[in-house]
Amino acid sequence: MSRLVFSGISKNFGAIQALSDVSLSIEPGEVLGLMGDNGAGKSTLVKIIAGNFRPSAGELSIDGKSVVFHRPIDAQREGVEMVYQDLALADNLSAASNVFLGREPLRRFGPIRYIDYKRMNTVSAELFKQLKSETRPRQLVRRMSGGQRQAVAIARTLLSEPKIVMMDEPTAAISVRQVAEVLDLIRRLRDRGISVILISHRMPDIFSVSDKIAVLRRGRLVCRKPVGASSPEEVTGLITGAIDAA
Amino acid sequence: MTTLDDIINNSRHDSWFARLKNLQVFWVFIAAVLACLALSLMTDAFTSDRNLFNVARNFAFVAIIAIGMTAVIASGGIDLSVGSSVVLSAMVISVAMASGMGFWLSAGLALGAALLVGLLNGILIAYAGMPAFVVTLGSLSAARSLAMVLSDNKMIWEFGPDHDLLLWIGGGSTLGFPHPLYVLCVLAVVMSLVFRWTRWGQHLFAIGGNENAAVLAGIPVRRLKVSIYMFSAMTAGLAGILMAGWLGSVTTNLGQGMELTVIAAAVIGGANLAGGEGNVLGAVVGALLIEVIRNSLILLGISTFWQGMFIGTFIIVAVAFDRFRNMRR
Repeated sequence: MSRLVFSGISKNFGAIQALSDVSLSIEPGEVLGLMGDNGAGKSTLVKIIAGNFRPSAGELSIDGKSVVFHRPIDAQREGVEMVYQDLALADNLSAASNVFLGREPLRRFGPIRYIDYKRMNTVSAELFKQLKSETRPRQLVRRMSGGQRQAVAIARTLLSEPKIVMMDEPTAAISVRQVAEVLDLIRRLRDRGISVILISHRMPDIFSVSDKIAVLRRGRLVCRKPVGASSPEEVTGLITGAIDAA
Repeated sequence: MTTLDDIINNSRHDSWFARLKNLQVFWVFIAAVLACLALSLMTDAFTSDRNLFNVARNFAFVAIIAIGMTAVIASGGIDLSVGSSVVLSAMVISVAMASGMGFWLSAGLALGAALLVGLLNGILIAYAGMPAFVVTLGSLSAARSLAMVLSDNKMIWEFGPDHDLLLWIGGGSTLGFPHPLYVLCVLAVVMSLVFRWTRWGQHLFAIGGNENAAVLAGIPVRRLKVSIYMFSAMTAGLAGILMAGWLGSVTTNLGQGMELTVIAAAVIGGANLAGGEGNVLGAVVGALLIEVIRNSLILLGISTFWQGMFIGTFIIVAVAFDRFRNMRR
């Protein structure tokens, strides 16, 4: 059974047709590389999955169950997590505090409830270990490399045992060595059976980690195939419109 | 495999002393201690019981509000209205008590008035999305004006049946320590714990660090912001009540310009106006330092006109120090 299926998803904002009739499916433990030029509808599609927008038409189903998201929290409850492009981390807090931000575990002492830092540190240390990242829970995010920051943002999503993790340009604006680190993180998510939707403009990244690629152009899905059956040249052509569809 | 990052990371495994000397509050504390030492050598008057008592009491008012201000600044905001909340609260309690009400009821009304200022600030900032500087500048003007209207701009020095209780609470002492100092100590201990160990505290710093991240993490940022401005106003209201009792009379120029001293105390103590940083102990030590400087100028017979020069220099040195330290990293 597919993890996530869109069937005939359309979205229009007034007269603007952002997405028309997009159908796509993702299996568990699969990485989907989603590509397209600016304004092609990638963010709209992602925001529909994340529960920010509701589709104008079409249906979304997770593990064979039809789902309707009214708010981002609904999507989170169904196991959809999002890693934002700017990573949405608070620089002044520790790695562990960022992993647990908004979900801090509490302990009781009589009528007083206080944050359980010990648990936050052990759980995040465990998550970083699983991600094979050299990030220490107590370290301040401000002092971290781009790769370590990604690890914190990804560890955040793992906290809720997600089914689907969406990543928006995770390799933009970081060094070459850190890109390799981030791609490894994506592979570890995949190995845990998590479906990853990777949005990127960087062709080499998409081709090194994706199992499947999808290309959007002007709101239409113009290509959907296993990564082995395509090539960067073909994808470039599809994005720009030099190749009509494949 | 040892990478460069490992080496960098390992070098951050500092001893507690190394961490201590990286804290601004540590250096400010050293400065305050040095100033006290120098003063006790230069003049006998400084270490006299009476003078120490006065210093302890005077700095407590600023320090109490500086704790509230630290919460606001750490969340990335600013509250210019605290001086006016002080006079509003003091005026409400004195008018209420002068009209025959008891102390506790009047104190409740005074705190309520201050909290209302905070609520209004918070709503305009969090829900209407207006800049904190502008909103609190407006309420600075409005709250003081309200205090003038309330008192008809007259001095009030008779506080009805609980007159002596008010004077005892604000100006009295127990076991040789002035009462405002007790209030400060309780507030400082409680708020240190709250900042570190509660979600409210943690989320406050998260908002100051990256408001967008806090929103995305599902933190009720708006509600939290309102509560932060209310907390700040509450500390001002508390100080207003204590100051009314200490002075034994309330005029409408009470707390004028106090917001700047309070902000200075918070900033000297390590609060970062860009948000995300600040601590209670720092605010208290910052307020203490300002009071020691003020006191020393008087004792040494230097014109109090120099006071602003010293405090101003200190603010700039403290912030410059922070800058250089961050550059070195």
